[in-house]
Amino acid sequence: MSPLKPLFPILLLSLVMVASPLPAAVTLESFTFPTVAEKQHFKDLIGQLRCLVCQNETLADSDADLAHDLRAEVYEMMTSGKSDQEVIDFLVNRYGDFVLYKPPVKPSTYLIWYGPFVLLVIAALLLLRAVGRQRQVQEPAISAEDSKRLERLLGDDTGKGKQG
Amino acid sequence: MTRHLRYLVPLAIFALLVAFLFRGLSLDPKLVPSPLVGKPVPAFTLTRLDNPDVTISDADFKGKVSLLNVWATWCVSCRREHEVLVQLAQTGQVDIYGLNYKDNRAEANRWLSQLGNPYIANAFDSDGRVGIDWGVYGAPETFIIDREGIIRHKHIGPLTIEILNDEILPLVTKLKS
Repeated sequence: MSPLKPLFPILLLSLVMVASPLPAAVTLESFTFPTVAEKQHFKDLIGQLRCLVCQNETLADSDADLAHDLRAEVYEMMTSGKSDQEVIDFLVNRYGDFVLYKPPVKPSTYLIWYGPFVLLVIAALLLLRAVGRQRQVQEPAISAEDSKRLERLLGDDTGKGKQG
Repeated sequence: MTRHLRYLVPLAIFALLVAFLFRGLSLDPKLVPSPLVGKPVPAFTLTRLDNPDVTISDADFKGKVSLLNVWATWCVSCRREHEVLVQLAQTGQVDIYGLNYKDNRAEANRWLSQLGNPYIANAFDSDGRVGIDWGVYGAPETFIIDREGIIRHKHIGPLTIEILNDEILPLVTKLKS
């Protein structure tokens, strides 16, 4: 008996798992587009929108019932010539900014948009101050007596110090 | 003074962080605030659940304080909520309208005859298009609408006696006065 035999079911299973495709992007098949570019455009648009039922999924990925309905709604709006902005406004008016994965820049979101830069500036200022302070520390005044002693010690060191 | 700041500033930042995180613990990400609050009810015309020949529309909400409850027979927590709605209807404090959302007409009518009908009228939204206009994303949902037909509040999830007493009825009373 081959020593590998007990492993056979596992190997087979892993092969099946590798071979099986990921669950297909649920529904794009049911929508038809005249050009590949338009299909890609549709995919891109629903990829920016959040499904409210499964909140970590985009409208493109979600299999929730509402996501199916909203995809159909977006498809209908697109084929009737509505712009991306009109589609996005339609959803935002009903479900709020939450449907957008990229939050709009407005007073209530200033903190998330600009906060990191404010922190960066503060950190840079603190860094500059710390560096400046260190420089001051590095140039201490030495008395004449000390500098003479320093010279003597350094002079002494040449040649001998290497023996360690 | 600056010596104190060295310790006080990080402590203050830490305290702020703790405050934010603590608040975050009691927030439910499933509850998305509705942009419709403060706006007029979305325009719609649908047939009545009990009679396909009669329509119901946004105009029906004018002139009185009312609730609109979004429900369906496939919605498990709607069943739990239904009893509360029946009790509320019996008190006669507020008119309850229903939006029967993506449901089957016969099954929905059977549900009402079996469990009691707390609704003044039900709009039958079989394909969920009107639900989308109302920003419905998970039944049950309940809207409070004032006399001018403006949405004043949205409650997401099943109503309970506590929610009625703490959240819904105080606002209804305020809007009525």
